[in-house]
Amino acid sequence: MNPEIALPILIPLMSGAVSLVFWRSRLMQRLVAVGGTAGLLITALWLLASVNREGILVMHMGNWAAPFGISLVADLLGAIMVVLTGIIGLAVAIYSLATAGRGHEAYGYFPLMHLLLAGVAGAFLTGDIFNLYVWFEVMLVASFALLILGSEKAQMEGAIKYVTLNLLSSVIFLIAVGLLYGMVGTLNMADIARRLAAVEDQGMVDALAMMFMVAFGIKAAAFPLFFWLPASYHTPPVAVSALFAGLLTKVGVYALFRVFTLIFHHSPGYTHEILLWGAGLTMLSGVLGAAAQFEFRRILSFHIVSQIGYMILGLALFTPLAIVGGVFYIMHHIIVKANLFLVSGIVHRLGGSYQLKRLGGFYRSHPWLAVLFLIPALSLAGIPPLSGFLAKFIVIRAGIEAEAYGVTAIALLVGLLTLYSMIKIWTEVFWKSTPPEGDVAPYPEVRQRELWLMAAPVVGLGLCTLFIGLYPAPIHALAEASAAQLLDPDAYIRAVLGEGVEVLP
Amino acid sequence: MEPLMAVAIGILFAAAIYMMLRRSIVKLVIGLMLLSNAANLLIFSTAGMTRGAPPLVPEGLTAPEGAIADPLPQALVLTAIVIAFGVLSFAVVLVRRAWEIVRADDLDKMKDTDT
Repeated sequence: MNPEIALPILIPLMSGAVSLVFWRSRLMQRLVAVGGTAGLLITALWLLASVNREGILVMHMGNWAAPFGISLVADLLGAIMVVLTGIIGLAVAIYSLATAGRGHEAYGYFPLMHLLLAGVAGAFLTGDIFNLYVWFEVMLVASFALLILGSEKAQMEGAIKYVTLNLLSSVIFLIAVGLLYGMVGTLNMADIARRLAAVEDQGMVDALAMMFMVAFGIKAAAFPLFFWLPASYHTPPVAVSALFAGLLTKVGVYALFRVFTLIFHHSPGYTHEILLWGAGLTMLSGVLGAAAQFEFRRILSFHIVSQIGYMILGLALFTPLAIVGGVFYIMHHIIVKANLFLVSGIVHRLGGSYQLKRLGGFYRSHPWLAVLFLIPALSLAGIPPLSGFLAKFIVIRAGIEAEAYGVTAIALLVGLLTLYSMIKIWTEVFWKSTPPEGDVAPYPEVRQRELWLMAAPVVGLGLCTLFIGLYPAPIHALAEASAAQLLDPDAYIRAVLGEGVEVLP
Repeated sequence: MEPLMAVAIGILFAAAIYMMLRRSIVKLVIGLMLLSNAANLLIFSTAGMTRGAPPLVPEGLTAPEGAIADPLPQALVLTAIVIAFGVLSFAVVLVRRAWEIVRADDLDKMKDTDT
């Protein structure tokens, strides 16, 4: 019996419930927010340690043995993702103490945040495809509500696009699950993988694979289905932006990794070829979109899209090294991207704007902030010795070894353009002198305590980036082990269904 | 029965997509409703239509006899209906709030956050 498999889901759910009980007490909500996310991080680390030691862990809900009940399955990729969820959750919770306005907190900001984390952790840990749909919806409903907290005009406009496209992708996912059940008569992912090998109608399997690819592609903001992301991610409060940027699209990427390594891996010539094209075009369109932008968070939003391309590239090449690169990239990216959004929030708090044209002179006035920005920014662009360099290096090396030269060239070019975008932010916000006070309203003075609360998570995430960059051996070993698990679906199937099960060829 | 269902589901999907492609946000929500209902019907019919064979275990046996209706898709549909209901009621409220704030029912007037 391993309670740590279910705890990363239960703790946020419980903290959300406790938070709701103390609806009127601001202090208690804040305490529960930090305590709950810290608890999530601790159990996530416990889970990762157990999985690392004992291999894939499985828990059957209500003791209904697989494939009849719902199973929670924690393999290394799932456990790593849950740890990252804990890290981002804790960072955003601390940051929110300083940035969440009273109006947001009064309308359930913290309970929604817990619900979102529960949905994300549930999606990472479930071993049942319909259950995955349910966790997706839990996550989506929480994100809808968080997105419109404050009810500003831009938020409404962004939310309509976000809600519509995400509901569309959920429906496509649901249809695909229904059709898959009609074909194989089971919902347990391990059992599906086992039985799908015996299905004769390969055309139908490929069609289903495409439906899953489209559904998860919308969630992951992959080309050509990413337009909802840059239209909405810059509208909510900045802590919410950071939470979304770090976790939500990565749930889509995780689902792609899970489905296309476990279930639909029989005709990589077809499905993974399409993924490869998608990856290349995602990288390119994201980075070109960012080049045209002059709003801090919008630039970062477009860069989420381009970075998603690298992760999908790792999956699409489908060699052991490429999967290692993909997993490593996810780990690096979640931390760096959330961190950049948090920095943009500090800049906004100090400078009163997200528009690059109106900002300036931060290097002179806040040199420490410049350093905190440069760590994740250069890491995102892939400058050694930061974490992004290694992530890009592994993916690109895998591309060259797989002789996919075209897409590798795109990846290198996109790295260069990412650097261009980051330098653009650097020169506009930090380097150039302060623009003359125009129509910018005078901004309330920042208290020292508030600044510390905002800076602490940024420093923590920056240290994570430095750690991954300077001492990558343990992280790389984790990525390697999880890639080995992903490429050995039989082990997953045996772990879920029991040793005696006959694995079809 | 199945061919009839297939045609009905197809018509629902077509109507849903048509409504979603209109510019009015109210029609967009109606489209989403039709879409989720079409998906529910599709799941309902994936396991085939079996008449008059409830999945009950007769007394004294441990397994039901003969061909029975598959109860699982119905359970799935129940879950999906509940989720769709919650999400769509959110969407309706969102559309109302959006109309109050933006004062437009036209999606083309809601492109300030694009590009």
